[in-house]
Amino acid sequence: MGGITRASIGAAGVLVTALALAACGGGSGGGTSTGSYGFPQVAQDDKAEITVWVDADRTGAAEAFKKAHPDVPVKVVSYDGSANGSNSFRTKMQLFDRAGSGWPDVVFSTQNNDAAWAAQKSGGKQAFAAVLSDGLVPKATLDGFTPGSLAPCTVEGKVYCLRNDLAQVVLWHNKTLLAKFGYSVPTTWEDYQALGERVAREHPGYIVGTVGDAWTPETFFWSSKCRANGITGPRSVTVQTGTPECKRAAAMLDTLIKNGTTPNISVFTPEFVKKYSGKVLVMPGPAWYAGAIFNNPQSLDVPKGQLGVAAPPAWQGDTAVTGNVGGGTWFISSHSKNLKAAATFAEFVTTADDYQVNLAPGYPAFAAAADKWVKKQESSGYYATDLQPVVKAGGEIWDGWGSGIFSQEAIWAKTMTPAIADGKSLVDLLPAWETAIKNQAKVDGYTVE
Amino acid sequence: MTAVRQLARPVALVRRRPGTRSATSYAFISLYTALTVAFGILPALYALYLAFTDANGGFAGLANFTKVVEDFRFLPAAGHVASFLAIWLIALVLLVTVLAVVVHAVRLRWLSSSLRLIFYLPGALAGASSVLLWLFLLDPTASPVGGLLRLLGLASFIEVIVPAHLPPIFAIIAFWTGAGGWIVIMYGALNNISAEVIEAARIDGAGPMQIAWRIQLPMLRKWISYMGIMSLAAGTQLFVEPQLLSQASNAVVPNDYSLNQLAYQYAFQQNDFNGAAAISLLLLVIALALSAVFVWRGGLFETD
Repeated sequence: MGGITRASIGAAGVLVTALALAACGGGSGGGTSTGSYGFPQVAQDDKAEITVWVDADRTGAAEAFKKAHPDVPVKVVSYDGSANGSNSFRTKMQLFDRAGSGWPDVVFSTQNNDAAWAAQKSGGKQAFAAVLSDGLVPKATLDGFTPGSLAPCTVEGKVYCLRNDLAQVVLWHNKTLLAKFGYSVPTTWEDYQALGERVAREHPGYIVGTVGDAWTPETFFWSSKCRANGITGPRSVTVQTGTPECKRAAAMLDTLIKNGTTPNISVFTPEFVKKYSGKVLVMPGPAWYAGAIFNNPQSLDVPKGQLGVAAPPAWQGDTAVTGNVGGGTWFISSHSKNLKAAATFAEFVTTADDYQVNLAPGYPAFAAAADKWVKKQESSGYYATDLQPVVKAGGEIWDGWGSGIFSQEAIWAKTMTPAIADGKSLVDLLPAWETAIKNQAKVDGYTVE
Repeated sequence: MTAVRQLARPVALVRRRPGTRSATSYAFISLYTALTVAFGILPALYALYLAFTDANGGFAGLANFTKVVEDFRFLPAAGHVASFLAIWLIALVLLVTVLAVVVHAVRLRWLSSSLRLIFYLPGALAGASSVLLWLFLLDPTASPVGGLLRLLGLASFIEVIVPAHLPPIFAIIAFWTGAGGWIVIMYGALNNISAEVIEAARIDGAGPMQIAWRIQLPMLRKWISYMGIMSLAAGTQLFVEPQLLSQASNAVVPNDYSLNQLAYQYAFQQNDFNGAAAISLLLLVIALALSAVFVWRGGLFETD
């Protein structure tokens, strides 16, 4: 009797093992089935450890999750966040695709154009990103994000990532300096240009912005409704830099570059800090400029009570819209063995107060967290104005600028930045910019209109 | 593309005298051969396979090659590498030879050996870290030679790295990191020239210049062409310098500056390993063709 039982248990064990092997084996679909969330998934194990890739700034998020969910086994791997054009997120996932294994369960990316590739099948392999909007993440959670903030994560109506933070462009200014010089905060770009011209005459050496960083197109051209990056589908893009919308921004910058009030210097260089500490009067820039350059002892280090923020300027006779510079994203792997835990993690880090309100350096994309975050920032007493313009700008990001696979920033950096350094005019450079964008889009498989 | 380097190396080994084959010599080369096969020949064969197939493994003919050559980034990248090579190879061959002869001619033992050490030091730094050092040198606000850069009218990092400046900048970096090792090798080669020959020349009334020109240089010919081949192989693979400068400048130096970078873009940005393999094969062919010139002109295969 005992012998028979042992034998049958043994047989059952072999069978289970065989099933498990069948489920695990064959990276190219052998053990996958069409799951309940709208994509093929591997056999699930609620106890499986999840591997999470974060950049240095987001390790705090993973730590906060471990504290709040001690029961979920998490392995945290630190990587560069795909920042500065390293593109390591995509590079590594493609290698895992080739190997057929090794994908992390959750990945943070500092870029917001990763959905463009992660949502697509690649070389016949299943898309890396799990569809989140077909049940994996509750609809109520998705609806809680600031309207428009999930646009970079959305491909053909499906959401593939959760936004960590928003990077809407606002008008930072030094309230104390403006009052001292008797200037008012510009509300239109025409006022902004006039201010730059006055500053050049009356207070040379002071600046009203910069064009030295690769996000100059997002800061000035996106907010001018320039159609340089009109992603119209997963593989189609419209590029028109000859429009009046593009020309007005270019002409304005030409004037301001020439008179020295928007230097061609990156805000992240020692040169910038040395030359312009205490000299930044006005600066259109993303929400994260506050922590990254103004309230940063290593950068401009603007004293408490001076930094103000205003709504992004509008062009005369046009509605005010704004651009967006980055803002991180969280992806869940469609290959994950523990989708449930992965989803819990991704929801936690994007929505829970433990991280987004208490620790996060940037403006949360999740609306409820954003409100609390703004209140917390305001109560710090650092800012000279309230932060409502930041909230307002979060909903004003122009939707005619998309998130393609190719990097607009890399194109600007290599074609425009050196040309500006050579003293060429932006208006004259617009056709070259258009060609460069079109060439790059074609290389990445886009149909260009 | 380390394949080129791996393929070029055995050329020097050909000089072994026949008839000395033994178990010991096989033992010595076995480890090298194993590594060459694993990390040189097999990857090269895999690249050959990839270059003629498509993403699904089907035969693609020359499609990958026409695709990469027609890419709008290909010709500029080829031009960048060519102008870099022209500056660097000429500077390397001329300056290394002259410096080696001069150091060899220095009679003071301590001066000669400390000069060799100084020349060699930059090369002792690992490739990437020595490039990082240059990132500081090239930024006028952080550079110890900032005054010199400003004297040239270059006030900011972006002005230093405009496209026209890049080939000489990369050539200087590559020379600084690589020339020292070659000077030491040339010095060794000069030591190899029998003292009797030099002595005989001196008795015949030859001065140091004539000795250098008529005795040392002709006897260094093979070494110089060996240096040419190795450097050519390394130079066509230009990658670390522009890649690091690209990241440090937030892509103002494009990340597709050199052919090797373009191959990297194909593989890891576009997920097109076949296109990347096609570029690497093109590089191999070009490097081999140019190396043939050095072999020919340098008489590398002539036996003494």
